[in-house]
Order: sequence, then structure tokens, then C-alpha cells
Amino acid sequence: MTAAHIPERARGRRRRAGRRATVPLTVVSALVATAALAGCGQQRDDDVYTVLNSSTDDSYHGWDAATLSRCSKRLGITIEQQSVPAAQVMTKSLRMASSKSLPDVIQFDASEMPTFAEAGGLIDLRTLGLSTQDIPRGIVDFGSYKGTYYGAARTVNTLALFYNKDTLKKAGLEVPTTWAEMRQSAKKLTKGKQYGIALSAGGAEDGVFQFTPFMWSNGGDESHLASKQVAQALDYWKSLIKDGSLSKSTVNWTQADVNDQFMAGNAAMMINGPWQVETLNTKKNLDWGIARIPVPKAGDDSVGPLGGAVLTVPKTGDTAREKTAAKIIDCMAGEKEQITYARNSWMVPANEKAAAVWRKEVPELDALADQVATARSRTAKVGARWSSVSLALQSAFQSALTGQSSEAALQRAQQRATSGK
Amino acid sequence: MSTTTASATAPAADHPTTTVKKPDPARARRRRRLSQWGFIAPAVLFMVLFFGYPLVRNVLMSFQDYSPSTFFDGKAPFNGTDNWSKVFQDDLFGKALWHTVVFTIGSLIGQFGIGLALAVFFTKRFPLNGVLRSLILLPWLVPMVVSGIVWRRILDQDTGVLNSFLDTFGLGGATPWLTSPGMALFSVILVNIWIGIPFNMVILYGGLQEVPKELYEAASLDGASAWRTFRSITLPLLKPVITVVLVLGFMSTVKILDLILALTDGGPADSTQTLGTLTYQNSFVQLDFGAGAVVGNVLILISAVFAVFYLRANRSEGK
Repeated sequence: MTAAHIPERARGRRRRAGRRATVPLTVVSALVATAALAGCGQQRDDDVYTVLNSSTDDSYHGWDAATLSRCSKRLGITIEQQSVPAAQVMTKSLRMASSKSLPDVIQFDASEMPTFAEAGGLIDLRTLGLSTQDIPRGIVDFGSYKGTYYGAARTVNTLALFYNKDTLKKAGLEVPTTWAEMRQSAKKLTKGKQYGIALSAGGAEDGVFQFTPFMWSNGGDESHLASKQVAQALDYWKSLIKDGSLSKSTVNWTQADVNDQFMAGNAAMMINGPWQVETLNTKKNLDWGIARIPVPKAGDDSVGPLGGAVLTVPKTGDTAREKTAAKIIDCMAGEKEQITYARNSWMVPANEKAAAVWRKEVPELDALADQVATARSRTAKVGARWSSVSLALQSAFQSALTGQSSEAALQRAQQRATSGK
Repeated sequence: MSTTTASATAPAADHPTTTVKKPDPARARRRRRLSQWGFIAPAVLFMVLFFGYPLVRNVLMSFQDYSPSTFFDGKAPFNGTDNWSKVFQDDLFGKALWHTVVFTIGSLIGQFGIGLALAVFFTKRFPLNGVLRSLILLPWLVPMVVSGIVWRRILDQDTGVLNSFLDTFGLGGATPWLTSPGMALFSVILVNIWIGIPFNMVILYGGLQEVPKELYEAASLDGASAWRTFRSITLPLLKPVITVVLVLGFMSTVKILDLILALTDGGPADSTQTLGTLTYQNSFVQLDFGAGAVVGNVLILISAVFAVFYLRANRSEGK
């Protein structure tokens, strides 16, 4: 340091004169410096690999820990998981990127992956030797951005119609398959404290996720929100509220709230996903069934949203580690692990062969597997712009459900979504 | 032991003669000033690092194209006032600004009014005074997010406790507390008032303890009414405390975020969107950090104006 060039005598005097002053100063700067260094200079351990995921939930954390310990053994390395809340995976990863301390594998929600890929943070998994054989085209697309395969899915999920078997039987109703049938059944099932149907139209991604099957099955499209097809889908939701078969509180409900309402007997049917099954099954006397989401008219395809997470390898610049990271993904997303994970989480295995095995094991979720086969990825068309579109759409359906006309609300949403480009 | 003290006060061994010398006044002054700076330096360093740096960065960021790729290549080109015009042209900003104003004023009036009333009430002696006072502190102990989640359930239109409670009195049990865009902001303000009452009450109660009892005696001898006593004695003497309460209350209310995220997520139909939630949405949902910084700067600016008022008020009190 520069002090070395100062003559011995001068340095001595300087030190004395400033002693009282420099002591607190140096202590503080030393503290700050160590804090700053500790923040960015995370040293990678040679044999320890990290997977960043959002498995903060006790059960998910446990399942992942088991998977990782099996993969650790197989690959002869140590794999650790670091779990942060789902909403923080992206911001945490970005911060880690700027401090050059990225983990070896990041599990992104599939709707967020394009953003990270577009920023140039991900590696093409095919170049790392991962194959896409036996993975259905839709699910390869699900993990791809602009044609490059960045993310391997272990399992995927989608939405379906859950119904209370006893309630439907008592009312002598069949499981609805079309919009008209669902509207009628919901109306008949609404009595007292019980609504016919529950769904989430909350002001977050939950609500948008739930709106997509209605929008898509009717031929609507997220790249053109102000279309007749989207307006019709929204009007259909409005009609359910108008009939009184859907609670007005729907605009304030998350998907978990919807599940609570269904479990409490406040709703005879609900739109929800398989990740609720674990909770649903805690209520022993609740006999629920599952079906595909009703379509506008008989014969239409029921197109749901493809949900779930993908495993990605971020660019760390360390080729050897990146190759090992791909092996970790290969193990985690291997057929056997897929089935184990699917069995735990009630989601559908991504791999065709694994899905076939799983279907035999849990025939009651057959409808879900069918729905996955036709499901669509939210980001396939708009890519990294999805978050803007989603925010605009949230605002639109909430305006429409609380009084505005669907057309006007969607017109505004279209403007908002495109101005954010 | 004595040798150590001696060597501590005496200079180091290489210049044993300096102690004998007559102290040089200029040097002593310089030394004193240096040591003074030594005490201030940690605080200054702390302020610069943890307040100055983020503040300057935030201002700079609002003039930059700061996107996710910036985190990789470090490139954030300056784009002039693009972010600013984008944010100001978005009608959501105007809405959020208006909601913030209504939310802040409404919350402050409610918190302060009820807090003051309770503080005055508790200056009276009555049984269970202490117990009740500590019970009222409870909302203060509950984390904001927890209050938000619990209140969301209480205010649910169909299954909420509040509506079924009102229903038993025949008071129209289907109030759409959080589900009607016209009502949601009002409900969010109500919850925030509930949260803010303890703070106002405690500080004002403390201030009331400072008012000399003799003044009240004198007033009652003069035959002043309760209202007159309150207006002419309590309020004027409480003024410095009131300023503190209101300014601190303002600062914590204007930047509201967690409560609204937990209660309504800014909805329905953006009716509870405030500058705080807008910053969050821009920066952490859309990852448009430049636009987020703009809204953040507006918030800082508003707070700064009030901070100046606060400092002014404090200075004049000190005289």
C-alpha cells in the first residue's frame, strides 16, 4: 500500500497524531469492508454444488432434499439447496449475477425463465449434453425461449375443475363440460352459504393464470387482448357473478383462498391446480373429483395454462461446473425422480414414459394429465413481456368484474400492455 | 501497572523529547479538530454508505435504462428523461399519487384523532386503566403483513367476521369491503388507522404527562369548561409532541407497501395502488428498475419536503 513509501519517521508521527481519530475510523471501515466482501465474494467450494429454488414450503423442501441427496450419491458430489420465496427467485438471481456468485442450478417458474434468458444469463441445455427425447413438444417449448432449450421441467401442472362429488350427486347434476352447463350447474348449486363455483380473480399472477383457460379455449390471445374472444371470456366470468353463483370476493382471492372456500363447503366447484391436493386430502370426509375445464361449446379444445418450474444452468463462466450442473439436472429430471416428485406433489411428469407410469398409479388425476396434453405456455407468444401483459390483464378483469364493460377494460389493457414494450 | 499508564500518556519511545517541549497551540488545535473529526467520521461514513450512496444511485438509476441484463454486463445507458416521461404519462401514476394522498391524509386524521382521544381518556384515573392501555398496544406488536392477512379474512365479503357481525344487527351484512373499487381504499385506510392508533396514543399520552397539573387546577378555579381547558391548555402545550407524531406518522404512512400487498395487492382494478406499490410493481414485477426508481424518487422528494418542515418546527421549539 502507499504507506510503504512514506519514510519511517514521517509515518510514525502521522500515526501518533491521528491515533485517536483513526481508531474508530478504521474499525468502522474494516467492518464495512468485511461486510461488503462477505456479500459478494462468495467462494465456490469445489465439491459443493448449489441449487436455488423456491421450495420454502416444508414438504417441498423435504422432497427436494431427498432428491438432491440421491443425486449427490449418484454423481459423487455434494448438492445443497438454497430456498427463497417464489417471488424472490428472480431478484435474488439477478443480484447474484451482478456479484458473480450465481448458484450452479436455478429453478425458475417457467413464466420467469424468459426474462433471465433474455438478459443473457442462461446456457442452452442441449450444448451441455441434455437430450429432449421422450419429452412432448409442448413441454420442450415450455422450457425454451426463442427456440433455445434453457429449462428442463421435472413435472408440469395446469388448472382443472375440482368438484364436490357428494354435492353434485345430491343435486343430481353431471360434471359440466361446457360453459353453458357450468353456468347452469353453478346456479343450481348456489344456495345458502354455498356458491356454485369459486375461482381466483385476484390482482396478481394467480388471477391471470385462472383466466387463461377461459381466454384460450375461446380462441383469445394474450398478444391481442382487445379482441372479441377475450371479451367473451371475461363476459362469461361476469355472468357467473351476475347469477350470484360466483362470489364477488373472487377479486380478492388467491388460489389458496379458493381452495379454503372449497374445503369449507362454501363452493361446490372450483378452478384450481394439483398443488392443492395435499391440502384437500387433509379433509377426510371431502370427496372431490377432478375434470377438465369446461369449454365454450361442445367439441372445443380445453386449453389450460402450463405451469410449473424449470431447472436451468446460469452462466457462471466455469465450464467444468456448468457441465456438472447439467448432470445434476439430468438426475433431478430423470424418469425415476420425475415419478417420485410427481407422486409427492400431485403434478404430472414431464417425460412421456414417466407420465404413462404415473397415470396408472393415480387414475383419479387422469383429467389433469389430459389437460396438460393440450396446455399452453404463457410466455410462448410474448416471452419476456409476459409480466407487462399480466399486469394489464389483471387490472382489466378486475375492472370488468367490478362494473366496467369488458370491451372498455380490455381496450385499456391492450394499450397498457403495448406501451410497456 | 504504573509503567503502562506512563507509556500510554507519554509518546512512543522514538521521540521522548516531545513531552518536554511547550505545547504548540496551533498544533494542539489541529490535533483537537482531527480527533473531533475522528468521532464524527464513523457517523459520516455510515450516512454516506448507507444513505448517501443508495440515494444517489436511485436518482441516477431513474435516468438510466436499467434492465435485467444490466446485472450481467453492468451496462445501464443513460436515457435522459425517458423513464420520467414514461411514468408520468402512465395514468396509473396519477391514480397512485391521488390514492397516496387520500390514504395518507385519511390515515393521519383517523390515527391522530382516535389516538388523541384515547390518550386524553387514559389520563383519567379509573380501574383497569393500565391493563386497557397495554391491550390497546397490541396492534403495534403484530407484524404488518400478519395484520394484513388477518384483516383480509375479517373483511371478506361473504365469509368475513365483520359482515356477519354487522348482519346480526341488521346493518346490511354484505358490505364489499375489499372487493369494490370504490370501497377498497377506504377499508385499507381503516385497517391502517387501527394499526396506527397505539403509536399516536403512546406518544401523545407521554406528552400529556408533561402538562403541569397546576394549570388544570387554575383553569377549573376560573370556571373553564372541559372543552375550553382542552383547547387553551392541553393543545398548545402538546404542540411540540403533536408535530413529532404527525410528521413521523406521515413518513411511515406515505410509503405504505406491505399492508396493501397483503390486503388487496393494489386491486381491485388498481383502486388501492399507491406510490409504494407502484414502485414495487415497476421494479420487482416488471423488472423495469428505471421506472421504479422514478416513483421512488418522487416518494423521497415528498418525504424530504416534510422532513424540512419537521426540522424547522423543531428548531423553533428549541429557541
